[in-house]
Amino acid sequence: MATTAALSRPAPRETTLAERILQDRNVLGILFMLPAAAFLFLFLTYPLGLGVYLGFTDTRIGRAGVWVGFENYESLWGDSVFWLSVFNTFLYTFVASILKFMLGLWLALLLNEHLPFKALIRAIVLLPWVVPTVLSAIAFWWIFDAQFSIVTWSLQKLGLVQGSINWLGDPQIARASVIAANVWRGIPFVAITLLAGLQTIPPSLHEAATLDGATSWQRFWHITLPMLSPIIAVVMTFSVLFTFTDFQLIYVLTRGGPLNATHLMATLSFQRAIPGGQLGEGAAIAVAMVPFLLGAIMFSYFGLQRRRWQQGGQD
Amino acid sequence: MTISRRDLLLGATGLAAAGTVASPGQVFAQAAGAPKYTPEPGATLRLLRWAPFVKGDDEAWLANTKKFSDATGVQVRVDKESWEDIRPKAAVAANVGSGPDLMLVWFDDPFQYPEKLLDVTDIATDLGNRFGGWYEGPKGYGQTKDGKFVALPLATIGNGLVWRQSVIEKAGFKDMPTDTKGFLELCQALAKNNLPRAGFAMGNAVGDGNNFAHWIVWSHGGQMVDESGKVVINSPETIAALNYARELYKTFIPGTEGWLDINNNRAWLAGEVGVTANGVSIYYSTKNEARFKEIADDTRSSILPVGPVGKPIELHQTTSAIIFRHTKFPNAARAYLQFMYDKPQMDAWIGGSSAYCCPALKGFIDNPVWNADPVHKPYARASETLRPNGYAGPLGFASAATMADYVMVNMVAEAATGQRTPEEAAKRAETRANRVYKV
Repeated sequence: MATTAALSRPAPRETTLAERILQDRNVLGILFMLPAAAFLFLFLTYPLGLGVYLGFTDTRIGRAGVWVGFENYESLWGDSVFWLSVFNTFLYTFVASILKFMLGLWLALLLNEHLPFKALIRAIVLLPWVVPTVLSAIAFWWIFDAQFSIVTWSLQKLGLVQGSINWLGDPQIARASVIAANVWRGIPFVAITLLAGLQTIPPSLHEAATLDGATSWQRFWHITLPMLSPIIAVVMTFSVLFTFTDFQLIYVLTRGGPLNATHLMATLSFQRAIPGGQLGEGAAIAVAMVPFLLGAIMFSYFGLQRRRWQQGGQD
Repeated sequence: MTISRRDLLLGATGLAAAGTVASPGQVFAQAAGAPKYTPEPGATLRLLRWAPFVKGDDEAWLANTKKFSDATGVQVRVDKESWEDIRPKAAVAANVGSGPDLMLVWFDDPFQYPEKLLDVTDIATDLGNRFGGWYEGPKGYGQTKDGKFVALPLATIGNGLVWRQSVIEKAGFKDMPTDTKGFLELCQALAKNNLPRAGFAMGNAVGDGNNFAHWIVWSHGGQMVDESGKVVINSPETIAALNYARELYKTFIPGTEGWLDINNNRAWLAGEVGVTANGVSIYYSTKNEARFKEIADDTRSSILPVGPVGKPIELHQTTSAIIFRHTKFPNAARAYLQFMYDKPQMDAWIGGSSAYCCPALKGFIDNPVWNADPVHKPYARASETLRPNGYAGPLGFASAATMADYVMVNMVAEAATGQRTPEEAAKRAETRANRVYKV
């Protein structure tokens, strides 16, 4: 019987080549990745590659360019406005990022305490981040108006200043003003993300440290900060990237003025490429941002994430 | 006799041009002698224009367009974009060969991509012949050096001097001085007597900033480049202009170096400035609101003061109509512009624009709108006093890029505010312009 049953079992069907290929794990893996890869290529690699290529051409709006090698970069090397925009971008990014980090961390620590209406307060804190940049920029435009600034008016009423404050007219004050607007907008992102990080720190560590007699500063320095450093690395990488490439705030508030004192590389790139029609030079300015951005990412990933740093040690 | 394919095609084109193959709905009255363009069967058009500031402009333009559609059956979609988006949108449309069929663009935009635009020389020549000729300034924004029109100059958005009569009277002036020397004295008197001061945009303001800076320099004989495109901004005339700007700036309301286009309007409405320069829209923002009646009744206007060169010279803002080569319906587009530039339509549009748009053709300047209100009158001279950007060089990439980079505006602001000496500011502007003009 057993022999009969074995003989009557149908012989296994031979699989076709197509079926074998489709059942191959490696082939399937590639197939599933294809849509994402195509998407990335189309919307990331191609535009980036095109931008880099344009930077080496003299393409103008309405006219295809020819390869000019490093001519755009040589020209920018001798351009004082470009170097001013580089300086402005670094100053803007550096000061705004530090302020956003310090104030954001402070806010996160406060929000991590047991507060009444905790959820509501956290939602409110997110508002500046949620409001479209252009809208908040327009609000700041009024706040910084030379004639109608609410801040100037308040200071005048308090008797602290006599005349009007030239918020966006004086180069130094204009730089400070746009940085203040950027910090206001960026704090919630840092605060909420760090808050999420704070909540992953086991309370037992703090309890143990408290039992050992650690002060609150020692607990912050030796427990909170090291435990938080991986998320700080990620948050600050994003924060630096967002700040370095900021465009809308400046475009609405000053268009890069006064006297180019608030021109960032992104705004100068746009000004030269689109209204100015010099796509090649505009692309070159944009490409010139890439090494700095890569540097910031490298620093965050390979620096801030180092285990020794996280453990409070030295390199 | 043999008939080649080419002969057939030429014959068909001739018939089409004569309107004999057009459907009845596509025929409309065209002036005798004017080039005749019959819209292609089934043609539709898309026009992209700057968002009108004056409601009457929009209404008149759309009403004229509807008349064209009714006469020809060609539907025209009119899209509007904010002023500053027009330049990039036009550039992208030209670059990719897609998008609107026609556009109303600014300044020297057509000279950035002339090969992407339809030649409209025949229409421009005919319009010039029929309507008293083109004003020289606006004509420069449509006609290339070889005499070909790549755009039809449409209008000058006049920039005039606007002031509060009661304010200047308190400063001891019965009328606005017509020369730069007297104007400085007036501004000094306003500041000295603690009256609402003068205020002119010196920030990166596309319209007001450029108008003010170019007037200062040109009225003193300075210019960015000569006829050959050689940068000549660093000249004694420019230094004189910058010294003048420095004296003038001392009388200004604080903050003008950060002003964008809208700031002087705000300050004007608040009664904070007594003298500024703007389009006639600044007057309409007060005239149409009861709460600003006092300011509106007190408002006077003139062209900007004449400098040492002895004649009024101003930049103003200019708009021209272009047809992209990528349009599928070139004849419909040409016919549309012909129709819109014809006297009945142009009269209605200029009238509806409430003195905001000064015609580029001399034959349309008899519009009653210029005498309808005394404040309008100086704006009627905008096309006459206009000097093209990048004077006296050729229009094109360099002139547009120099303006887009605010070289003139920054130079005047640097010198006026004392950030740099006039000599340093002129030298720096020369260096920046040389980069663009590729010395």
